[in-house]
Formats: sequence, C-alpha cells, structure tokens
Amino acid sequence: MATVQDIEIRDSAARTAAAVESLEDIQGEKMVLNMGPSHPATHGVLRIVLELDGELITKAQPDVGFLHRGDEKIAENMTYTQFIPYTDRLDYLAPLANNVAYALAVEKLLGIHDKLPPRCQYIRVICAELARISSHLLGLGAFAMDMGAVTVFLLTFTEREKIYNLCESLAGARLTTSYTRIGGVSRDLPPGWADQCHKFLEEVVVNINEMETLLTRNRIWVDRIRDLAVISKQDAIDYGLSGPNLRGSGVEYDLRKNQPYLCYKDLDFDIAVGATGDCYDRYLVRMEEMRQSVRIISQCLGKIPGGADNKSKEPINVDDGKIVLPPKQKVLSSMEELIHQFMLVTEGVNCPPGETYFGHENPKGELGFYVNSKGGGVPYRMKIRSPSFVNLSIIPKIFPGCMLSDTVAILGSLDFVMGECDR
Amino acid sequence: MLNLDLANQIKAKFGDLISEPAEFRGEVTVKIADAEKIVEVCEFAKAKLGFIYLVDISSIDNYGEDPRWTVVYHLRAIVNGAEIRLKTDVSEEKSELPTVLGVWATANWHEREIYDMMGIRFSGHPDLRRILMWEGYPYFPLRKDFPLAGKPTNVPDVAFTKVTPLEGGPFVTLPSSDDAIAREPRVRVPENAEPGISDKRLVGNQLK
Repeated sequence: MATVQDIEIRDSAARTAAAVESLEDIQGEKMVLNMGPSHPATHGVLRIVLELDGELITKAQPDVGFLHRGDEKIAENMTYTQFIPYTDRLDYLAPLANNVAYALAVEKLLGIHDKLPPRCQYIRVICAELARISSHLLGLGAFAMDMGAVTVFLLTFTEREKIYNLCESLAGARLTTSYTRIGGVSRDLPPGWADQCHKFLEEVVVNINEMETLLTRNRIWVDRIRDLAVISKQDAIDYGLSGPNLRGSGVEYDLRKNQPYLCYKDLDFDIAVGATGDCYDRYLVRMEEMRQSVRIISQCLGKIPGGADNKSKEPINVDDGKIVLPPKQKVLSSMEELIHQFMLVTEGVNCPPGETYFGHENPKGELGFYVNSKGGGVPYRMKIRSPSFVNLSIIPKIFPGCMLSDTVAILGSLDFVMGECDR
Repeated sequence: MLNLDLANQIKAKFGDLISEPAEFRGEVTVKIADAEKIVEVCEFAKAKLGFIYLVDISSIDNYGEDPRWTVVYHLRAIVNGAEIRLKTDVSEEKSELPTVLGVWATANWHEREIYDMMGIRFSGHPDLRRILMWEGYPYFPLRKDFPLAGKPTNVPDVAFTKVTPLEGGPFVTLPSSDDAIAREPRVRVPENAEPGISDKRLVGNQLK
C-alpha cells in the first residue's frame, strides 16, 4: 500500500527552527563539512562549507572564484570583436546564446540593435533557442543523474550531440562557436541546415516526452525534490534570481517577453511559471521551456526571410562598412572597402562614447553586459552580469534546514555553470 | 518615457542631490552627488517607485581623474519593466560608501565582487571578504594601474611552493635498468640546472 509523505512545514527556515527545537535535548556538537571544489555534484568548481547538525544543514557558505580568468580585465584590453571568443567560454553549455547576448550589447551601444536585418534576427533567435535546449538538456540530465536516474542523462546527451552537430555545420565549431559578429553573424545558414534542424526538432520532442515519462510522475524523483528548497517570490526577486530559477518561484518575468529584443515580438510562445518555487517547479519550468524553444525554432524556420537557403539573398549583416567586414572580393578590388577592412581589423568597431546595459535571456538567466565606452574600438569598462553568480548567492538562504543529501538536488535544480559565475 | 518620468520623480524628491537625468539609447542615468546618500535614494526607489529588482552593481576606475571611483547601480521594476541607472562617485582617499544590502539582498555578492576587484569598501557590509580572488591576495586586479599580465604573488598554503621531489626527473615510476633514464624520451634536463640526482645518473650513462 503506497503512502504519500508530505512535508508539513514548507518554509525551510521554519523547518530548521522546528528541527533544532526537537533536537535541543540531544547533546552533540556541530560538524563543518567541506564540499567541493572538486565534487561531481558541484558541476565545476564550486566549494561550499557546510555546517551540519547531524544530517541537517545549519549553515552554508559558498566559495566561488576557482575558475576566475579576469574576463572583464581582458575585455578592457581588446577590441569589441576580439572579445567574442571569450564569450563562448562564459556559459560554455550555451556558447551560441552568449555570442548573441554580447553582440546585442555592443550593437545597443552602437545604436543598431533594433536595425538588424530580419534574417539576422531570426538566425540569432534560432541560435539562442538551440543553446537553451542544449543547456537545459545538460542541466536536467546532470540533475537527474545526481539523483540516481542515469538513463535520463544518456537520453539528453544523445540529443545534445545532435545540437553540437548543428552548431558544427553552422559555425564550424561544436563548442567554441564565436558565431555572431558585431552587426550580424559570421555566415549564413549552410545548405540543408534547416532540414537537419527540422529533423532534430521532431526527434527532440520525442525524447523530451520520454524524459518526462521517466521523471515527472516518478515517485522517487517527486518525493526527493518536491517541497525542497522553496524560494518564495519575494526572496527570488530580492536575491536577484533570473531565468528559470526566478520563474520557478512564480515570478512571470522573461526578458524575451517583457523587454522584447530581436524578433521575439513576432513569435508565439508561452512563459512557464512555477507555483511553489521548490526544486520540482524549477525542473518543470525547464522542461516546459525546452518545448517552447522547439516551438520558437520551428516558427523561425518557417518565417525566416529568404527561406532556408536564402534564394532572395536577404542580408545577414547590417549594411554599414564601418561595422561589418566587407566581402573579401570587394576588399581586393575597391579602395573604400579596403580602408574599411583595415580600420575594422586594426582599430575595431568605432563605438560612440556612452554607457549601455543589455540583458539577454540566457538559458541560465539574465546575462547582461554593461559596456562603458569612451569612444573608439575598445571598451573602457565591461561588466558581465552573470546569472550563475547571482543565482548562487541565494545558497546561504535556502540550504539551512535541508538534509546533507539534498544539497546535490538543490544544486542540480539551480543549474549553474562556474565558467560564467567566476568569469 | 516611463524611465524618464521615474528619474524625474527621484529628482523631485531629492532635489540638488540628483543630477539632471541623462538619456542614452533609451536608458536613463542619474548621478547622485553624495555617495553617503545612496541608501536613501535606493530605499525611495524601491519603496515608492517599484524598483524591487537590483540587476547589477558595477564599478568604474576613472584612473587619473578625481574622484577616482564610480559605482553604478542598475535598478528594475518587475511590474512595468522600467529601468534606471544610478551612479555615484567615490574619492580614492575615501574608497568607501554605504552598503545597499539592507535594500536588496542580492547586493551582498555584487559588493563583495567590487571590493575584491576594485578595492572599494562598503561600510555596514557584514561579510566584506574577497570573492573571486583568494583571501590574502594583495592587489585589486580591475584597477587600471594593475597590468593585464598580472603581478607575481605568493599563493599561501598550497602545493608546489617548494621544490617537488621529482622535479626535472624522468616521469616514470620505476627505472628498470641503468640506461632507462637516457632512453626515456620525455626526460628534460635544463641547460644550466643545478646537478640533481637525475643529472648525475644521466651524465654517468653518457660516459659509459
């Protein structure tokens, strides 16, 4: 006979207080346990110093920075275009989305972010959503594997492999794509790419459904993560969470809807929102976001100006020789283009003095670039607002009151990546 | 227009403390003349104008200018999507301004990062430690006078600060015979290295 075990106190802080009260007459001392930085569940190099009372966490102190490379310092010392490869290495599970975010940030400074050619916008949306599916697949696969459901991980990695193949034929690289350029993208969709993408979308939907049957109503899975690490709406906003973690807590905020950029206005998609803000909600939100991304990509492939193989020669870059490199044939035959190419390569894209912030809805949350320019081809200051960094800052708030074995589940549900957190 | 309206409301409330709102690419920036008043302005923006979401705090090093530091706050209202940027200058001698941790909890890590990277302190912050660099690191790497290549520092309490026993040696577990070291293709003997065990043995082999 199956019984359903409910956790009576939903709020983790109140649960700690209750648990501590019930433990008061037992003598003992607290133990400090060091988790990470090299721990399979920390998905990179996150260190958490846990203070334990028995199996109960009473205090958690995250320690980040093991992967710090000084990207912001590097950005101050190179042209805007030269920094594109570094954005691949921020959230290395969704490099295409980072490329799009960075390009849009610099284009906003240039004032051309809403004048991009339509075909470029559609290609970028396809890229960003492919990256979202890829990132969520890995996040969920790793989350499920940490909970013991290894099959899901194998399923998701089969699908991710197909996304990598698509990236490879699109950008020439599987991981370090560096696909976007300031003012456009590095190349058009290759022939036959749209058909491959269509095929992938059909297959991934089948696989998402299969994952769903493995997890969503799985007793072990649900019992393990439901009502775990509840983040209230207020806390989510107060701690600046973004992306699926914010929406999992019931805040209907998505930059694609609330501050539409690219062609998201013309596309039909829904925002998944959680009800209670526990780990299970965050899981459900990511599951639904993948479906919505599939929906967005198939709309884009249908509506993309010029069609799949661009017979009508729609432009993919802005028509401005001072921003986008001219075609090579013209460089070799025309003086003006030669000068443009020379200036772009040696000096960089000449940006006006000023400051802009652009936030992009990345798979992990809001990836923002604050660019402060004094004019010229190199930023004076570039601040990267990385979603993982901000999302992790809530750990000291939600960990106390959970069991030691729950840490793995909570970290999996927060879905962070340290390359981006530490920059 | 919404952003500008809200900026003007802040201006109306605080008067001369707030600069005339500047608009660039649809983003509105106001400058707060006195960094000590940042908390009051933030509290007002959060409570009265609905800026309940702090997107980011960043810092700028205006090297060679006075005041040297600028701290930049990005505020957002979730409901109507309004955004505003608050800026305030801090002099190099002072290098300190009040924390806004009481207004938004997310300021905690942002302020720690600014302290770590720029060396600007936040008074009233309960846990102002380095966050990306390690505890005890002597420099502030995002300052403009810090070189891109970095500066050599000692890393306290980690391995590889002393000479390792196998330094320069052949990286094989068990040399099987006398000439095993000479046969080992990976062996590297620095030209003017102090003669160590591996060198002597190598020389011995060549003499044979």
